[in-house]
Amino acid sequence: MKERLEGLRGEALERLKEVSDPNQLNELKVHYLGKKGQLTEILRGMGALSAEERPLIGQVANDVRAAIEAVIAEKQEAFDREETARRLRSETIDVTLPGKKPSEGLIHPLTKVTQEIEDIFIGMGYQVAEGPEVETDFYNFEALNLPKNHPARDMQDSFYLTDDILLRTHTSPVQIRAMRAANGQTPLKVICPGKVYRRDDDDATHSFMFHQIEGIVVGPNIRMSDLKGTLLQFVQAMYGPETQIRLRPSFFPFTEPSAEVDVTCAQCGGHGCRMCKHTGWIEILGCGMVHPKVLEYGGYDPKEVTGFAFGMGVERIALLKYDIDDIRHFYNNDIRFLGQFARM
Amino acid sequence: MNVSYKWLQDYIDLSGIEPAKLAEMMTRGGIEIDSVPSRNLGVTQVVAGLVKTKEKHPDADKLSVCTVDAGTGEDLQIVCGAPNVAAGLKVPVAIIGAELPGGFKIKRAKLRGVESQGMLCSAKELGINDKLLPKEQQEGLYILPADTEIGRDILEVLALDDSILELDLTPNRSDCLSMLGVAYETSALTGRPLTLPNPAMELVSSGEWAADRLKVSIGNPELCAHYSARYIRGVKIGPSPLWMQNRLIAAGVRPISNIVDITNYVMLEYGQPLHAFDAAKVAGGAIHVRPAREGEILVTLDGKERNLEPHMLLITDAEKPIALAGVMGGLNSEVTDDTVDIILESARFDGGSVRRTSRQLGLRSEASARFEKEVDPGRVLEALDRAAVLMAKYAGGEVLDGVVEAGAANVEPVVLKIGLERINKFLGTEISLSEVETIWSRLGFHTVKTADEEWQVTVPSRRNGFNHDVDLIEEVARLHGYDEIPTTLIEGPTTIGALTKSQTIRRELRKLLSSAGVYEAICYNVVSPARAALFPNLNGSLEGAKPIPLAMPMSEERSVLRTVLLPSLLEAAAYNQARKTNDVALFEIANVFHSAETTLTKLPSEKTRLALLLTGNRAASAWNRAAVKADFYDAKGILDLLFERFGLTDRISYKAAQPENFHPGRTAELTLELANGSRSIGYVGQLHPDLQREFDLGDTFVAELELAELYEAVDATIKYRTLPRYPSVARDLAVVVGTEVAGGALVAAIKEAAGELLESAEVFDVYTGERLGADKKSVALSTVYRHPERTLTDEEVTEAHNRVLTKLEQSFGAELRK
Repeated sequence: MKERLEGLRGEALERLKEVSDPNQLNELKVHYLGKKGQLTEILRGMGALSAEERPLIGQVANDVRAAIEAVIAEKQEAFDREETARRLRSETIDVTLPGKKPSEGLIHPLTKVTQEIEDIFIGMGYQVAEGPEVETDFYNFEALNLPKNHPARDMQDSFYLTDDILLRTHTSPVQIRAMRAANGQTPLKVICPGKVYRRDDDDATHSFMFHQIEGIVVGPNIRMSDLKGTLLQFVQAMYGPETQIRLRPSFFPFTEPSAEVDVTCAQCGGHGCRMCKHTGWIEILGCGMVHPKVLEYGGYDPKEVTGFAFGMGVERIALLKYDIDDIRHFYNNDIRFLGQFARM
Repeated sequence: MNVSYKWLQDYIDLSGIEPAKLAEMMTRGGIEIDSVPSRNLGVTQVVAGLVKTKEKHPDADKLSVCTVDAGTGEDLQIVCGAPNVAAGLKVPVAIIGAELPGGFKIKRAKLRGVESQGMLCSAKELGINDKLLPKEQQEGLYILPADTEIGRDILEVLALDDSILELDLTPNRSDCLSMLGVAYETSALTGRPLTLPNPAMELVSSGEWAADRLKVSIGNPELCAHYSARYIRGVKIGPSPLWMQNRLIAAGVRPISNIVDITNYVMLEYGQPLHAFDAAKVAGGAIHVRPAREGEILVTLDGKERNLEPHMLLITDAEKPIALAGVMGGLNSEVTDDTVDIILESARFDGGSVRRTSRQLGLRSEASARFEKEVDPGRVLEALDRAAVLMAKYAGGEVLDGVVEAGAANVEPVVLKIGLERINKFLGTEISLSEVETIWSRLGFHTVKTADEEWQVTVPSRRNGFNHDVDLIEEVARLHGYDEIPTTLIEGPTTIGALTKSQTIRRELRKLLSSAGVYEAICYNVVSPARAALFPNLNGSLEGAKPIPLAMPMSEERSVLRTVLLPSLLEAAAYNQARKTNDVALFEIANVFHSAETTLTKLPSEKTRLALLLTGNRAASAWNRAAVKADFYDAKGILDLLFERFGLTDRISYKAAQPENFHPGRTAELTLELANGSRSIGYVGQLHPDLQREFDLGDTFVAELELAELYEAVDATIKYRTLPRYPSVARDLAVVVGTEVAGGALVAAIKEAAGELLESAEVFDVYTGERLGADKKSVALSTVYRHPERTLTDEEVTEAHNRVLTKLEQSFGAELRK
């Protein structure tokens, strides 16, 4: 019996060597180890053995089973590996083909710039105030120290609806409204973004409708040095910590003293380039100390409080920031244009 | 104002301060200078020469051969093609080696076989703006005065060795519309003293009084505060001296004759416009200033007939109007070659009146520009004297004694108080007492000390716009230097910066819409009446109201305020499709304007709206998928996303509607439930195919919503709900109903009938087909039931489900589909 078992092992191992596919392997497994397999067949004769022989033969039979099982397991594992590899090979895709991008949209570049500026000032403790685009002559001019027939009204030819009502020519009337709403309280710190309108023929650098952001601060001891400090903080947040400002005396009816503000050209860092006409500076802001008459119209006593105000054109800032050649792009809403302002 | 650097040196020593440096100082001091062009555009070795002989060129009809004395020692033979060349004339001569603007070099040359040792020059060839010269000078050589020194450098002769400071003046610095004003400013900036003309000292008595020949009166002093005149006898009309012409040309003023040039010269010098009348043409020796009468007509110097209106101010003689005050003289009193006696006017007219007249007639001149900004009352007489002196000197006239005048020369000076502490507190500076006093003196402001560190400042009449102490602080600040003001941070309590609720909502809307694949557009708020009328149902609560027109539109396209946003988005979509961008998804958040008034007496209503437009594909085709066309449900889905974000899903309802210019079967009106009732807030739908065709668009889906109501309703509270602990039971059902039954109505009925156990009910399929019949559809719905505290029994669910079926059958005649 021992010989038969040894013979079975020899035969099985020999045949298993030849196996080349999982089905054949399974057949052999059934053939040798199955319920009706060869090993069971041999072991049926165990009953005829003596009590001494039985454990010995049982030991041999177990060894034979283990040896065959080990080889089968090894073979099975190899076939499984092969099968997995084959499946993965068949699943291969071309990873260079385009991905499925969700359809994208963007906010308008003017909104983007406005929000950036708003966020800087919100961080500095300002509220954002808004007012009507259709204004009275009073809020748009009179209360800003621009009485009727004032020559400075030439600077901004306007679209009137009636003798007394017009499309606002600047966001400054919102300053008056914000002051009046504050009802004499200080400190007042607001910025006013919005659309404004001037009688200009549209060309590459002019638009009859454009956007402004103005700011006003009123308090018991607001100084011109605070204005400089505030603007410096703003431009450094907007254009980077190296940016400097330069104030030039100018004139606005609603501020006294008044200044135009140049900032270090962001393109060349102040060395001079095409963008800044080789001066190293770019004019982006107008500002000044709020005129006493304007404070009065705003409901403040100019003997008790002082204030500063500043204003800038959003289009101008966006044109410079993105190096855009024509202001009309902002209003054509060409998706090929709108799609260019994706980066954070 | 164009300021000649050389001329400025008549009044102040500028040694060591080059033109560019002066321009920089002025700009930093508040007078912006755009550029400082040199008058010499590249002329070297051009001198004044005398044409001694002129012969015809042997081989060329249009050329002449000249002998020219250019002071070089020997006569030069020069071939010249100018028609006005003649023996005896003095002209600019470019000798061999000379250079002309544009890098043009003069070499020895042969012209048609005749040698030419140089070139005779026209004004244009020297880089002079010849538009300012008489016509005969433009067409040929620049003829120099007979007394020009031969051989003298043309740069000196024509004052081309000069630079022009181009001042860009703000309205508060009209004092610098004069050479003297610029000199005062330069003196304040540099601290150097001024040398000013003193014309009164130079007048010589003629022994006859002007008042014996002339009377002056003012009819309306509110428009003419002061009128002064002098009488100059026996002038000889001719050209003005070359130096004066050079200065006029440098300033951009055309030389005409000695009398006219002198009035212009003194206007540039003093900022006071003057006018010269031919005394022989002033009837009755009387000048009267008065408003025009209805129907009066005046032919102005430019030969045009002007219909006058009663608000216009006139200068008249005993019989007729002779000038439009401050704007333009009349042809009937013009100085001509035959003029012998002159009446010279110097007056102070009201700026507003001159402004109105000059605008209305489209006659804006150097003179009107100065009057508009109010002339210096202190210079009216001085300028009159200065011009009289020059007319005596350069026109051979005799100035009769005395000024004939009406009105008042003097005005009350502006006196302001200011203290050192106020200055420093206002500016955030530590400027010293002595520096401030130096600034007052440099400015030429007269001050009296009223306390240790306080002054009473008298502002000279040449400076306008001084009403408050801050006007003086500005003077100190700009002369101290804006760069010297420190940078500080605001002192005082901390303030919280934040957006308001509506601002936050708009930001959120923009964020959501752009992430949903829609681009933000910004369109013009002024449109054509046709566009504004396109969607009458979106005309706010003021249906039928007309759009608000501009009083003076620049074009029909931009003549009324927007009443509705969508037409602008349609234009933008068409614009994109015309450029082959066929898939367009745009939104805009902007204001619309409505008023019930035909003529506005108060501000119109201004409401913020959101508009949305989708056309073409929502998803483009790619290598692995087909394109998906945008449809109604894309537009609606985007809105649903917004409502969900703002906690409004349960308060919004859609109802089929047929607003004008929308597709009648594919449009819904949106209603928002508010605390005080429901309100319609807009529409979502497809454009009417006719309108799509008009804009050359395919199927286009749009929406326009009022935002004010959304702001009011937004619920931003987030409250955690316990996660369900017990399983849900799902039951699907399919019912056949009439095609007119809305899916939304079925869902609403289910919610009503199912009771508390129902968690959700949704349509998941809609099917129509022949087997159902033409007017039937099958709607498949999924319902989910759940009890929060225990597992549901099958019986409970079945009971609820049966209620649903009964309800659907009763309400809609629904038939359960097996």
